[in-house]
Amino acid sequence: MKKLNGILAKNKIKDLRCGQEVLYTGMIYTARDQAHKRFSEMLRKGKKLPVDIKEQIIYYCGPNPAAKGKVIGSCGPTTSSRMDELTPVLLKNGLRAMIGKGERSKEVVAAIKQYKAVYFTTYAGCGALLSGRVKKKKTVCFKDLGAEAVFALEVEDFPLIVAIDACGGNIYDK
Amino acid sequence: MRKISAKLISETVDKLVIKANMSLRPDVLKALKTALSQEKTNAARNALSAIIKNASIAKKEKLAICQDTGIPIIFVEIGNRVVVGGNISDIINVAIAKSYSKAYLRASIQADPVFRSKKPSYTPGIVHTDIVAGDKMRITILPKGFGSENKARVKMLNPTASIKQIEDFIVDSVRIAGANACPPYIIGVGIGGTQDLAGLLAKKALLRSIAKGNRDKKIALLEKGILEKINALKIGPFGLGGKNTALAVNIQTYPTHIAGLPIAVNISCHALRSASEIL
Repeated sequence: MKKLNGILAKNKIKDLRCGQEVLYTGMIYTARDQAHKRFSEMLRKGKKLPVDIKEQIIYYCGPNPAAKGKVIGSCGPTTSSRMDELTPVLLKNGLRAMIGKGERSKEVVAAIKQYKAVYFTTYAGCGALLSGRVKKKKTVCFKDLGAEAVFALEVEDFPLIVAIDACGGNIYDK
Repeated sequence: MRKISAKLISETVDKLVIKANMSLRPDVLKALKTALSQEKTNAARNALSAIIKNASIAKKEKLAICQDTGIPIIFVEIGNRVVVGGNISDIINVAIAKSYSKAYLRASIQADPVFRSKKPSYTPGIVHTDIVAGDKMRITILPKGFGSENKARVKMLNPTASIKQIEDFIVDSVRIAGANACPPYIIGVGIGGTQDLAGLLAKKALLRSIAKGNRDKKIALLEKGILEKINALKIGPFGLGGKNTALAVNIQTYPTHIAGLPIAVNISCHALRSASEIL
């Protein structure tokens, strides 16, 4: 299986094709509904985001708290389509990859192609399994949102499936 | 009259919260294993293997099967010869909050649905109470994830609707859910009653074991036919294609008015979690 590490610059993801399985080691930021709403409002007002999303990966995830002796609780992906309207602006601002579950809108597919990004899916509904691949967790911002805060996760061999590639290839196209 | 103490109810709720969130229902696990034996492609087989492995990790390491530990829905059947030592909804909600916190489960409830101004909390859950005959109490908990809850649909069909129209509404609901709500699904369907009751029936249908069909043979046959049509959509596990888009269709019916035919679909993801106990 293909392995990817560290920052996913354009040249690292340009050859990925939909359907391909990848194991990723490096850093990802969680952000879901309310964090996306805040990000897009900040960008609209011309403010700097509290996290530099350039060349980064956003994971649509609201993890469970960590039990004693663990890094994180169950931490699978949430439905990506809810983030669709708030996604193109992040891609325009340099976001390179997203991890979630399910289909994306036409607008998101077009933006992925335009900005040469990639959309991965992972094992949906398998948060217990995925929690074992997270080695470190740090709260970055929006602590008031609870599980919807932005966390930086250091992951090792995190299983990904390329769902929409930089050429617009889409695993969900029938 | 038999008195059931708040303490016994709280202890039972605690047990059920843990069981439902961390141990996948045996009927669902069995259906997933059958599904795995039917799939031929790597994508579908890997997806189902991951789901089965996830269930075993969750149970062993005491982790939630899914990070969406749901909006806790509690069904309580109270015997008419039972006296409860306190307010049943309060007892249950306090017990849920305690249990979720202790077990490191996620707080997913937004107290302010319109302005979304509050930090998410564990409760309130949704408590449904029914008075039944006898001196016992049955408590059932269904932590319902919202990825699948978002795909629920209800429609008021005409009383003259054909069986095909009923089937089409259910199959279309699954087509709309597509890959988004964690297939393979379990499809709860409520037919009859009123608009609100149909929705509740669809949810209650998810509590029934998926190992066997409806007790009414004609309804069981309908369930089987609809399941075949859903699986012909080939959405498959994780939505990556395959033979298993749904594991079961469970229909629950209730008499309705001569002027209508309410129908509701409540989809569950593959992590259908519920647990029940009789006191």
